[in-house]
Amino acid sequence: MAETLAPRFRMRGIRKAFGATVALDGVDLEVAPGEVCALVGQNGAGKSTLMGILAGALTPDAGEMELDGVAYRPRGPLEARRAGVQMIYQELSLAPHLSVAENVVLGMEPARLGLVRWREARRRARQALAQLGHPEIAPEAPVSTLSVAGQQLVEIARALVVGCRVLVLDEPTSSLAQDDARRLFELVARLKAQGHAIVYISHFLEEVKQVADRFVVLRDGRNAGAGRTADTTPREMVGLMVGSAVGEVYPRSPRRRGEPVLTLEGLGAGSAPLTLHRGEIVGIAGLLGAGRTRLLRSVFGLAPVREGRVRVKAVEGFLGPARRWRQGVGFLSEDRKGEGLAPGLSISDNVTLSRLEGLGPGPLVLPGPQAAATSRLVERLAIRCRGPRQPVRELSGGNQQKVALARLLHHDVDVLLLDEPTRGIDVASKAQIYALIDALVADPGQGRPARAVLLVSSYFPELLGLCDRVAVMCRRRLGAARPAAELDEHRLILEAAGTEGAA
Amino acid sequence: MRARELLARGGPLLGLILVSALFGVLVGPQFFSPANLELIARQTAIVGTAALGMTLVIAAAGIDLSVGSVIALSTVVIALGLRQAASPAGAAAAGIGAAALCGLATGLLVTGLRVVPFIVTLGMMLLVRGAAKGLADERRIEAPVSWLNDLLRARALGGGVLLPSGIWVLVAMALVVAGVLRYTRFGRHLLAIGSNERTARLCGVRVELCKIAVYTISAALAGLAGVMQFAKLSVGDPTVAVGLELDVIAAVIIGGGSLLGGRGTVFGTLVGAVLMTVIQIGCSQRGLPNWVQQIVTGGVIVAAVALDRWRQGAQGT
Repeated sequence: MAETLAPRFRMRGIRKAFGATVALDGVDLEVAPGEVCALVGQNGAGKSTLMGILAGALTPDAGEMELDGVAYRPRGPLEARRAGVQMIYQELSLAPHLSVAENVVLGMEPARLGLVRWREARRRARQALAQLGHPEIAPEAPVSTLSVAGQQLVEIARALVVGCRVLVLDEPTSSLAQDDARRLFELVARLKAQGHAIVYISHFLEEVKQVADRFVVLRDGRNAGAGRTADTTPREMVGLMVGSAVGEVYPRSPRRRGEPVLTLEGLGAGSAPLTLHRGEIVGIAGLLGAGRTRLLRSVFGLAPVREGRVRVKAVEGFLGPARRWRQGVGFLSEDRKGEGLAPGLSISDNVTLSRLEGLGPGPLVLPGPQAAATSRLVERLAIRCRGPRQPVRELSGGNQQKVALARLLHHDVDVLLLDEPTRGIDVASKAQIYALIDALVADPGQGRPARAVLLVSSYFPELLGLCDRVAVMCRRRLGAARPAAELDEHRLILEAAGTEGAA
Repeated sequence: MRARELLARGGPLLGLILVSALFGVLVGPQFFSPANLELIARQTAIVGTAALGMTLVIAAAGIDLSVGSVIALSTVVIALGLRQAASPAGAAAAGIGAAALCGLATGLLVTGLRVVPFIVTLGMMLLVRGAAKGLADERRIEAPVSWLNDLLRARALGGGVLLPSGIWVLVAMALVVAGVLRYTRFGRHLLAIGSNERTARLCGVRVELCKIAVYTISAALAGLAGVMQFAKLSVGDPTVAVGLELDVIAAVIIGGGSLLGGRGTVFGTLVGAVLMTVIQIGCSQRGLPNWVQQIVTGGVIVAAVALDRWRQGAQGT
């Protein structure tokens, strides 16, 4: 049994801080050969940082690592790979134009006098795929012709060819269909039988119970418990993930629910309809990759829609971003740097981009009115900057996020689609953004209509604290929205992980 | 850091002053004589005019390699028009119109096929060059003399008020284009597309429409540069301006434009264009061979980009 064997690798007292944020605070982890250990925890608990350290992508501030009893201090990902620590990320890293065999031996091509021995390369690829129980994949096939599951196999085959002592699988089933997931579990069992030490990261706790022997829970960068999966229910695991610390206070002004402004029907097979009213915040809970972002994007015309109906105010149908803005709908992207903001442009250009009208006569945009409009919002949102002309790139994450939100205020939208508005920002900015969101849906009085907010977040306490109602999305299916008062974090985690039966 | 940024922002102008001063010393004070300054302006007119449009294209993170060919096509169309007894203004308009159509085609291809502009305009470069040659039957086309030929004529020979009228046209267009880029919704949209196309799309900017417009406008300005080229040659020549697009792009880059988009000013571009002319004229008046001129110009381009990187580095911290 696992306990009797010397561990394949051991991490002890691992500490890592990014600036003032402590991501890991003395974490221990060890896995024996022929053992599958699940690493579970909520988003931001420190799983990725810990695996980044194991894979040599990050250097720990403190702590020790051992691989087969020998001190292990990789100076980079390449060294870690050479030592036999192989990571299979959610985002696969294959060269799609190259063949299966070329990908499998990439960087380790068998060569004689500098010439690649392709016959040998194909033989190794074929052997590795056979070892994985998938001899049907042809080494000559271009990787781009394979399914996602097939590509994942190629990546695992590459790990085997390179020489694998520790295999880390990060959310391996998130993009797989059920049958493919089942085959993956068989494969993990096979690799385990071959004596590999496997770390399995997943949010799906049923899956964890099925695949792993043992589990280790991280919470807020610390070990929060561990045990044998056979003796533990998903509910008990969630209990360890959640803990009891509730430090944040969520503001809640008087709200009055008004007319419906946004209705979704049948977006994604089996989804429940959703209606958003003025004067309320509706949250969408779920795991990464559950389809929440895609839902918001298709409402805003940024992602193609395959099915379903959407109605904004009196208008039915899917419209592009330009029309949505004119309807009074604004969207905050989760990808702040890649999509939400143009980092090279000034605060003022970013804030006013969706509505340059009215900042000068006719088609003109004059810097004076543009700066004035921006300055008002800079003040209202307490954005720390040198002035409205400062490039957004120079601001901190929290202040950048406020700039992205300021755009929605400048446009004066009354339906706000917010995707992860507080991801990766400091505590102070977070509190300010909570207060702002709350103020937006508060009853403005004097017979004026309030705004409406649809909020996507992976941080469930935030959803429960801010929202009037919350719907859970799991594997591209949106559940019915229920009053937040009737829900708790346990329930959301279980439902998001598709473990409703255990609740 | 502020000083560093100021230095970098004024870099192109500072570079121009330094290089001019250098040639002032090498050539002598006559380098700054009114006649010589006028010569510099006249020599800058063609590249400068085309570079106005390129500034807009590069600000939107595009590129247009077909500019040289479009200029050639424009001269051919103008010459043919004059031979058909069109009025000089009509012939010039036809040249600019033909150029704009080329730009429209580029814009439609870039947005419709979703092919990167480098490839599309590389194709257009050959396509338009071929069309110009076919239209001209692979010959230079003589055209009757008209006032168009006076556009870049030196003042000493009776051209223009104070400066040749072509220079005034360039100045006027520069003011218009600078205004458009800085003070109109269209200009702000171009910079937003260049800085981050996804943000622009998210904010409701009609990205495709803007791109089609910018290539059309840029080609029309290349057509205007073609009018000036015709004025200089007084014939329609389908083989003229080969490789000129690279001078045009260099002017924008020296002037602080970034091929990654989101940046570029008309003033900087003109300074870049003048800087290249100063090197060219300075070298030839000093009697330096062509290869020295090319090495110096190349050095200036690399230095301009290096300076820009340095400034970016200063901001990145």
